[in-house]
Amino acid sequence: MTIETRTSIVWDYAPAPESADHIRLKDRYGLFVDGEFRDPRDGRYVSTINPATEEPIAEVADGGPDDVTAAVESARAAYPKWAALKDLERAKYLFRIARLIQERSRELAVVETMDGGKPLRESRDVDIPLAAAHFFHYAGWSDKLRYGVNAPEVEPLGVVGQIVPWNFPLLMAAWKLAPALACGNVAILKPAETTPLTALLLAEICQEAELPPGVVTILPGDGSTGAALVRAPGIDKVAFTGSTAVGRDIQAALAGTNTRLTLELGGKSANIVFEDAALDQAVEGIVNGIFFNQGHVCCAGSRLLIQESVRDEVIAKLWQRMGRLRLGDPMDKNTDVGAINSAEQLERIETLVAAGEDEGATRRTVSCDIPERGYWFAPTLFTDVSPAHRIAVDEIFGPVVSVLTFRTQAEAIEKANNSRYGLAAGIWTDKGSKAFEVASALKAGVVWQNTYNHFDPTAAFGGYKESGFGREGGPAGLRPYLKIVR
Amino acid sequence: MTRLAVRKTYKLYIGGAFVRSESGRYDEAGGVNYPRASRKDVRDAIAAARKAAGPWAARTAYNRGQILYRAAEALESNRGRFVSGQEVDAAVDVLLHYAGWTDKLQSVLGGINPVAAPFLSFSLPEPTGVVGVIASDAPPLLGLIAEISPVLAAGNVVVAILSETEPLPGLDLAEVLGVSDVPGGVVNLLSGRRQELATALGAHRDLNAIVDATGDPGLATELDKLAAETIKRVRHGAAATSYEEAVGDALERLEAVTELKTAWHPVGA
Repeated sequence: MTIETRTSIVWDYAPAPESADHIRLKDRYGLFVDGEFRDPRDGRYVSTINPATEEPIAEVADGGPDDVTAAVESARAAYPKWAALKDLERAKYLFRIARLIQERSRELAVVETMDGGKPLRESRDVDIPLAAAHFFHYAGWSDKLRYGVNAPEVEPLGVVGQIVPWNFPLLMAAWKLAPALACGNVAILKPAETTPLTALLLAEICQEAELPPGVVTILPGDGSTGAALVRAPGIDKVAFTGSTAVGRDIQAALAGTNTRLTLELGGKSANIVFEDAALDQAVEGIVNGIFFNQGHVCCAGSRLLIQESVRDEVIAKLWQRMGRLRLGDPMDKNTDVGAINSAEQLERIETLVAAGEDEGATRRTVSCDIPERGYWFAPTLFTDVSPAHRIAVDEIFGPVVSVLTFRTQAEAIEKANNSRYGLAAGIWTDKGSKAFEVASALKAGVVWQNTYNHFDPTAAFGGYKESGFGREGGPAGLRPYLKIVR
Repeated sequence: MTRLAVRKTYKLYIGGAFVRSESGRYDEAGGVNYPRASRKDVRDAIAAARKAAGPWAARTAYNRGQILYRAAEALESNRGRFVSGQEVDAAVDVLLHYAGWTDKLQSVLGGINPVAAPFLSFSLPEPTGVVGVIASDAPPLLGLIAEISPVLAAGNVVVAILSETEPLPGLDLAEVLGVSDVPGGVVNLLSGRRQELATALGAHRDLNAIVDATGDPGLATELDKLAAETIKRVRHGAAATSYEEAVGDALERLEAVTELKTAWHPVGA
């Protein structure tokens, strides 16, 4: 095992922490059912903690089986009226929600960062604005559904059960709720166990928007709550974003039922750097591809494929750039790499990184000050990686990039496609025709040329192969929530 | 003196070749023997299909449309081969309908995304890859054509399990396709016991999607569970018994076997 350490250049940044004094969090959040916050039936509350400090932030209800039943009853009761509402009126509610998210964006960003550990710069500039944009986009679809899916007559499905992960808590809630509601469904959303707070603030926003009770239910809880939700009678559609293992369980659990399903699962996305790329720009893109949100990104560019002729140069530039990444207090506006979301996730990263070393890859981890409390993992680069190594095959979901090389374009495509996943890919080249050719050959749902981790509500997102099925974003995002009548 | 007829030996259609089941097993229908495919035949068919998938998808949409049209021509001219002329007529029309989809699907399901950044972003449907089709028992030809045509039109390749009760029309279709321009391996047709073959298909790790037209709830549950292992796309439907039923939900049939890919290309800088 070799952990290369080096003295990083000291950049004197004064701390620039975002203030949290305007945040009005309650000590305790119940389940949001029937338009109001309620105690769970079995009275269980758990603390949600700040992963950067390990301090509890608030107590949050943990929904049990009885709560799932109550949630479905309330949603079923709300459904007929919501589905029958004039479509433009439905749109107006969603526009209101979009506006309220914008109004409360600073508060939402701070809470997102406190609860999940991601740098404030990211929650402020990416998560929250995109969440608002998503509601705004789908609000406008509410009265244009038949154009979106090319069908003269469509109907909503009914009650949808939605489970979102902890990496983009509010944004994923928006990706799920906005199209579901626009199509006339009512939704029961289960936020992730470690990051329930912004979804609960979104529940407050639903109240503020005077959304009819039962149209949106927020049911915090753990995996067992989610398992109960997807199996609950009265659920017409399930939408899940999370790991492939859980997605597989859900698909099997719904076998033989008429419950519709879409899955957005894991990835091991290839980020391909060709020798004719603008290398400095590519290095920025590699960093954004894998270290954005501590690598807790399903489409993270975790397999870096570099053309052999520029391998040494790219790795040298990348390693130098990695040394400038600022790891630490997520609330600091200069922080690049925040806290790992949970102790459990940190352990998973450590296990896979250890496997990488055991299997013979060369590890380099940036030497930087690690805060005393909280969960942290310094940016890490693996070279001498073989395509069979676990670090080249399994999703790490952390700030760890595995470098592979290629000689020809054909080899790059073959290596990139050699994965059971197919969520995303990056291409770095300044040659347009090559970019188009490679993009069309990659078996991945999203392909970025000379950029990475770029999202937009108008652009479909979702995977090939074991990265799931169904799309979110744009008109394609309407299909999973509609029944085509004719 | 009466002439002794030359009898036909029915065979499986795998990778463009007419082959007996590797198992050597056969069944008998209406005084005719036909092969009872094995799990190994399913695996061989999927391997042949995988080999054909890339080149088939890489053909231009116009070319694929012409090839499917040519298959419709071949079917029409072989009308006499099949028991029910009416069923052939409907099958030809269905094939024709989907032949016309090849160069329109992208425009209907795809488009430019007006993203709020300097990129040309577009989303286009692409074939999911190798699709397993489990045909209904009846109608044996139309039911099969109704399922494989949209799969092929969307650019996929097919491994189909034929009607268990009336496999001969499907095996006859193999001979029609064999003389059309459909490349070997793009359509693979297997006769045999559905339960055995369908589960082998569902469990295969190199299959991308399953289209199940049997309407059998027990089989549906089993296939769904098998599909979950590698997150296969699954579409269950009832057997199409008319042209209208086969094309009325054309876009849904096509969409079920496509993947939408979003590409982002920089504009400027």
